[in-house]
Amino acid sequence: MDDALTLYDVMLDSRLLLGTARYPSPAILAQAIRAAKTQIVTVSLRREAGGSRGGESFWTLIRESGARVLPNTAGCRTVKEAVTTAQMAREVFGTDWIKLEVIGDEDTLQPDVFGLVEAARILVGDGFCVFPYMTEDLVVAEKLLDAGCRVLMPWAAPIGSGRGINNIFGLRSLRAHFPQTPLVVDAGLGAPSHAAAVMELGYDAVLLNTAVSRAGDPVAMARAFALGVNAGRAAFLAKPMTPRDFARPSTPVIGRAFDEGAA
Amino acid sequence: MRIRVNGHERDVAARTLAALLEELEYGDQLVATALNRDFVRAKDRVETPLRENDSVEIVAPKQGG
Repeated sequence: MDDALTLYDVMLDSRLLLGTARYPSPAILAQAIRAAKTQIVTVSLRREAGGSRGGESFWTLIRESGARVLPNTAGCRTVKEAVTTAQMAREVFGTDWIKLEVIGDEDTLQPDVFGLVEAARILVGDGFCVFPYMTEDLVVAEKLLDAGCRVLMPWAAPIGSGRGINNIFGLRSLRAHFPQTPLVVDAGLGAPSHAAAVMELGYDAVLLNTAVSRAGDPVAMARAFALGVNAGRAAFLAKPMTPRDFARPSTPVIGRAFDEGAA
Repeated sequence: MRIRVNGHERDVAARTLAALLEELEYGDQLVATALNRDFVRAKDRVETPLRENDSVEIVAPKQGG
């Protein structure tokens, strides 16, 4: 692991976290997890009737994939709902990790950052390792760190929108303000080029779902995202050149044939 | 006794959360439970009484993003 990612003291080779929802079939989900080479997948909890074994067969598939799970509180609209869902997830999935979502707006699925901070504080106090789904707001980030979060997960764009980075200045600013905190862009990426762009900004990882699961070929797209993430990370480490406003010849000017002005 | 289970009203005979899971044929399904929006650990279900108009959530693993 020359360039390992560490999240809550767990070292990882992969910088791509993958959601497990909306795949054409369980078999394609399993193949996509392998193709992405992901080591963390997100999962959730939903109501289930007696006699149904749907949840269990899904859980078996995930365990067989060998990936670590990051349960979410998707769809929760209040602090209470999010906290209770996290507690239920910890028992079912056997992990203290929780992707904390407290949704504040139905159209954009924008997080309710006030509820998010409050829920994070409660869950950290209860022993959880909280991965908060947040906006790129610097003050919210500071308050989440104060609450005990050791990873932050800003959005790039609304969940499932596939728009890519909406506010590159905001994400760049967040990266600059918190150079030591693992930052994972969660939500809104649509193409591997978006993932590469995020990684080139110095983000530590990306989390995505719909861009893979709703692609025409989810398995091939999972592979493409893995390449995009790796390319972006390699580019960041290689220190990209600074953009300029005017041209600068790449071929040496001195010695050009027909150059009458030179000796 | 009338309670809500996963958002639906139903009449049940069970007087505890554990008995409710048995009555609704959950058997050994992997589920987590909440009573009136508070988490109830699996090991506490036997001693968790149900009362009229209680609201119970019973959830299981599901795909998520």
